[in-house]
Amino acid sequence: MPKFKKNSKTSEDIPTAALPDIIFMLLFFFMVTTVMRETDIMVNQKIPRATQLTKIERKSLVSYIYVGEPKNVSLYGSEPKIQINDVFITEEDIIGFVNTEKDKLDEVERDQITMSMKVDVDVKMGIISDVQQELRKANALKILYSTIKRVAEK
Amino acid sequence: MPRGNKKLPEVSSGSMADIAFLLLIFFLVTTTIANDKGILLRLPPPPDPLQEQLDIKIPDRNIFTILANSKDQLLVEGEPFEGSMDDLKDDVKKFILNFGKPTPDGIEIYNSLPAKMKAFVNANGRNPESSDDPTSLKSIVSFKSARGTSYDLYVGILDAMNAAYNEVYSSRVGITTDEWLSLDRSNSMQKEMYNRGRSGIPRAISIAEPD
Repeated sequence: MPKFKKNSKTSEDIPTAALPDIIFMLLFFFMVTTVMRETDIMVNQKIPRATQLTKIERKSLVSYIYVGEPKNVSLYGSEPKIQINDVFITEEDIIGFVNTEKDKLDEVERDQITMSMKVDVDVKMGIISDVQQELRKANALKILYSTIKRVAEK
Repeated sequence: MPRGNKKLPEVSSGSMADIAFLLLIFFLVTTTIANDKGILLRLPPPPDPLQEQLDIKIPDRNIFTILANSKDQLLVEGEPFEGSMDDLKDDVKKFILNFGKPTPDGIEIYNSLPAKMKAFVNANGRNPESSDDPTSLKSIVSFKSARGTSYDLYVGILDAMNAAYNEVYSSRVGITTDEWLSLDRSNSMQKEMYNRGRSGIPRAISIAEPD
């Protein structure tokens, strides 16, 4: 019967010399993909799911409008509110907001401005429709209803 | 001057991994992978008070109406609708590909369809009470919600309407809907495919203001 003898001479250490490189690789990945959040979102954001999504090609053309029930209900009430940058606004302020956003863009691109609507699922259509009417008046006609990809069940 | 000491000065790199880890954890925590995806919609331009409103008569059979009330109940083509969004999508697709009374342009489109879609038209369509053909103003999908309709349902219906069109476009060029959605329009070959899928069949989705 053959004997199997454990070769005790091989070292059992895992070489860790490449560890910093691996970590650096991960680090660069996250550094590249990271987007620092400039705004503090003060409304609930449970984004609806959908299947037919389009991806935005030019991120510089996008401005965000957040709609939802305020997180701080005791301070702002439970009615859905519109948030832009860091403040709550009313419908009438939207035209002004769109115009300042348009001013940041090149003249040729102003018509291309896309408003990304980040709306909570519990919001009713009334407020959305009001926002859209204002956007039409402000001539910001491209709208993106921000949604998450739903995997279609088959 | 002779240099006796030939050893190179070394910076100890043992803690390099630790520093990298620290940075890594920082970025891991602050990162939010941007999810800028969604359903694109083009609003109609604001009404021009100087321009006279054109009154175009479109027969009822060429309009597929979806109504939603504030209790999130649906009325599709005048009848209460209880099915899933998938069923709605299929209904819209059948409506688009009905070819009830095609115009010369419609016949041309029909002849350009792949055999599988022709079979679909002949099996499900050809209804004289439904849309004439998929060309401009001959089949319109109209959706009207109430002010109390939930945003969730609104997005769901918008999604179903877009899904129907995307299915038509993608099967025209013989790819799946997912492949259709991921077509890269900066690539000339894929752009040609995109244009071929869409040519002649405009995405006629009309969204009325809620009242």
